[in-house]
Amino acid sequence: MRIQMRIRRFNPEADSKPWWGEYWVDVEESDRVLDALHQVKWYQDGTLTLRRSCAHGICGSDAMVINGRNALACKVLMQDVGDVCQVEPLRSMPLIKDLVVDMEPFFAKYRAVLPYLINDDLPAEGERYQSQEDRARYDDTTKCILCAACTTSCPSFWANEDYIGPAAIVQAHRFIFDNRDAAADLRLRVLNDVDGVWRCRTVFNCVQACPREIDVTRAIGEVKLALMNGLED
Amino acid sequence: MSALVASIYRGITYRGAEGQWAWILHRASGLGIVLFLYMHIVSIFIAAIGPEPYEWVHKYLYTSPPAKLLEIFLGFGVIYHALNGMRIIIIDFFPALGKYQRTIVRIELVILVIILIPYAIATLGSGF
Repeated sequence: MRIQMRIRRFNPEADSKPWWGEYWVDVEESDRVLDALHQVKWYQDGTLTLRRSCAHGICGSDAMVINGRNALACKVLMQDVGDVCQVEPLRSMPLIKDLVVDMEPFFAKYRAVLPYLINDDLPAEGERYQSQEDRARYDDTTKCILCAACTTSCPSFWANEDYIGPAAIVQAHRFIFDNRDAAADLRLRVLNDVDGVWRCRTVFNCVQACPREIDVTRAIGEVKLALMNGLED
Repeated sequence: MSALVASIYRGITYRGAEGQWAWILHRASGLGIVLFLYMHIVSIFIAAIGPEPYEWVHKYLYTSPPAKLLEIFLGFGVIYHALNGMRIIIIDFFPALGKYQRTIVRIELVILVIILIPYAIATLGSGF
């Protein structure tokens, strides 16, 4: 099938503002948007710039706005995009070139929630035991691949780029509800900030955008409740 | 200002689902209610000018068809804002219900219509 690709292009060295590049590609229904972008880059215009690495929905490099909605280019099939496929870079992130945005502000917020196990006590017998129930408590939020699809789909983030964003809250949730970790208070303090978890307006764009199908708003809600009522265990 | 315009542009061009439109309508209805309150204060203040202009505004202006239409909009705004606010409170206190949020929005709209229809009939039927 022949499909028109409308790709938001921007070269900081040549363009004063972004513009739409239009390309025609022949693709199979089972091809992904990433394959169509490769066709453009490899056979039509080698200057098209995009990020991708594993191309199998795990590395989280190729999150972009596809037909008006955040998704991974390697997970959206061409049969689901219609006759015209419109691709833009993620919103509210500093644009570097074409589909590549500066992820550094996003990773700075990720680092702010201390996304690693903190526990100064030595494990009792060789390892820190965790029951299956305790592991299941935060299972959903272990799936995050830091693609930024959720954070850049969030209206609170569009309005205020200082908002810590759903991705960082999901990462914090992963450790706050891990019973082997001892630094939940530090993370909750960061999330209780004016630009922390309270900026969430339960719009659910993040849940819709997440390529890993994490129930992001639920994780944010659980952090809000933990701030109000304290941790149960 | 340009940041505000950019964020509004992002809001209306992003293909969000029920949650995004419910949120936009929540903001718009909240703004509408605040504007109504200002109008309400001004129209009550007209009594300080004299009984004739007050009578004219409340007997003729507010009973005109455009004013009736605005009144139905006001009812829509207040009822929607209240119902949607309750939806947000429910989801905030019971985050696990988030997975049913699309259904909850639809239930909310059904309740809205059920309340709005008799309200609209009563508003259009009443003289003042």
